[in-house]
Amino acid sequence: MSFLRIEGLHRRFGERVALDGLTVEVARGETFGVLGPNGAGKSTAFQILAGMLAADGGRILLDGAPVDPARDPQLRARLGVVFQQPSLDGKLTGRENLQLGASLYCVPRAIARRRIDDALDLFELADRADEPAERYSGGMRRRLELARVLLHEPELLVMDEPSSGLDQASLRRFWAQLGELRKRRSLTILVTTHQPEEAEQCDRLAVIDRGRVIAEGTPEELRARVGGDVITVEAEAPDEIARAIAETFALAPRVVDGRILVEAPRAHELIPRLVERFPSGRLRAVGMRPPSLADVFVKLTGRALAQEAN
Amino acid sequence: MESALQATAAKPARPSTLRLNLAAIGVLVRRDLKRFFRQRSRVAGALVQPLIFWLVIGGGLAGSFRMPGAGDVGYIQYFYPGIIVLVVLFTSIFTTMSVIEDRQGGFLQAVLVSPASRTSIVLGKTLGGVLVAMVQAAVFLALAPFAGFSLRAVDWPLVAAVLVATSVALSSLGFALAWWLNSTQGYHVVMSVLLIPLWVLSGAMFPASGARGGIGALMKWNPVAYGVAGLRRGLYGARFGELSSTGLGSSAALELLVVTAFAIVAVAAAARLCARRR
Repeated sequence: MSFLRIEGLHRRFGERVALDGLTVEVARGETFGVLGPNGAGKSTAFQILAGMLAADGGRILLDGAPVDPARDPQLRARLGVVFQQPSLDGKLTGRENLQLGASLYCVPRAIARRRIDDALDLFELADRADEPAERYSGGMRRRLELARVLLHEPELLVMDEPSSGLDQASLRRFWAQLGELRKRRSLTILVTTHQPEEAEQCDRLAVIDRGRVIAEGTPEELRARVGGDVITVEAEAPDEIARAIAETFALAPRVVDGRILVEAPRAHELIPRLVERFPSGRLRAVGMRPPSLADVFVKLTGRALAQEAN
Repeated sequence: MESALQATAAKPARPSTLRLNLAAIGVLVRRDLKRFFRQRSRVAGALVQPLIFWLVIGGGLAGSFRMPGAGDVGYIQYFYPGIIVLVVLFTSIFTTMSVIEDRQGGFLQAVLVSPASRTSIVLGKTLGGVLVAMVQAAVFLALAPFAGFSLRAVDWPLVAAVLVATSVALSSLGFALAWWLNSTQGYHVVMSVLLIPLWVLSGAMFPASGARGGIGALMKWNPVAYGVAGLRRGLYGARFGELSSTGLGSSAALELLVVTAFAIVAVAAAARLCARRR
């Protein structure tokens, strides 16, 4: 039986359908990612799960029993919630933010003190702990928020785009420390993201688009849906070139953000023929890479996951 | 050494819902007080502006107008209770306007997803605002002798009761407006068309008895006017009837009753709005 099951979640805002029967299952101890572009319904699902927003339909089950986070304080006590915009008080120091966070969940003072010291060490914030949080970098703020959210030892950690605003190095550090923590204690994580690099950190993923799940599996399984490697072609007239590639090689190229993407089983053999097919000057650049989760999304929807991810 | 982040074998009993609610109130109050004492400019701003108002407007009008029914009370003295209510109003506005941003990208988000009920969030935020306002009002009350009030004659229990009730009412009204509007610009508009007029029409600047037509009637319906009247009565203490009769012609009991009812209604409205989930 799954630990968390979100079943047929529906939500609309006026005419716009944000969630259209979203269903996902998360096993205990798993890191589960919800990958989708902005506007796919990720944040809506996150807010319903955190009890901040009401659903129009569907239900949430925890350990098989239906739950309503908005109405059940004891359930909320089992959740840890990380927001897209860190929920910190910038005027207070890192340590004070942690102290208030522990008090909010009635963590006994002596235990809180010990956990705060441990968390400051684990998240490498100890030397800046007594500075106002507004002086922290984006990565530090994110780590401080994660440290605070873990003080009451939640069973389920729910994170909304924790990588937003972070550079790649900060993102790796954040996930490395989270991985370190998962070695020490069991923690189930549900994370929403539109970044393929972040999605790679998950054990399993649901790819969502327009409020529903369009594919599910481990990152490897999802990548395997792209046949072979991906060839990227840059050209002055991408649509025209794409048509020519389709006719000549019986492939299905896609033009995404002005770039041609071609999935090909034996890409290294195709590239020389491709280059020879066009007179010099028509192609600006040709490249080849293993498929990423961004390619999976393109394959599934014909659209890009995010402008910057391409 | 065993790490505190390691899972403990036996799960400790979860704290009761009541304890979690009280904890949230405590957290919000602690946070507002820490922030207040850390931001010196805020402390100064909330005091200096009313002080300037008092001296400039009070001093400026003092020689020009004599108020009917004000007896020998100078305008500086008449204006003083109103200025203390203005200190309370400004503090309420400052502490609740921040709710708008705090709710979308600040610490308040963490409190909203915590086990705390929405009512305890309103109570915590209101109580924080009230304590900050009381500190500011206390500093301003120390100036009472300069307004011609005798500190010994002051009816302190009445002054404290009226100030606390008025402050609860204005803080939770501010919270309700901030929550409902959910936009800083919107809040600014409401501040100038609702909150400031509430104060202007409270008897802070002029008595209802001298106001023309509808204005006087309007003032009788303004709950803030009963706060100002009660505060004025308390400041004169036993000598109220002798030195001033510019209240609403009511009694201390009525004034307290109205501000208390105002406070209860405002808290209830804020709690109701805050509990609504979109």
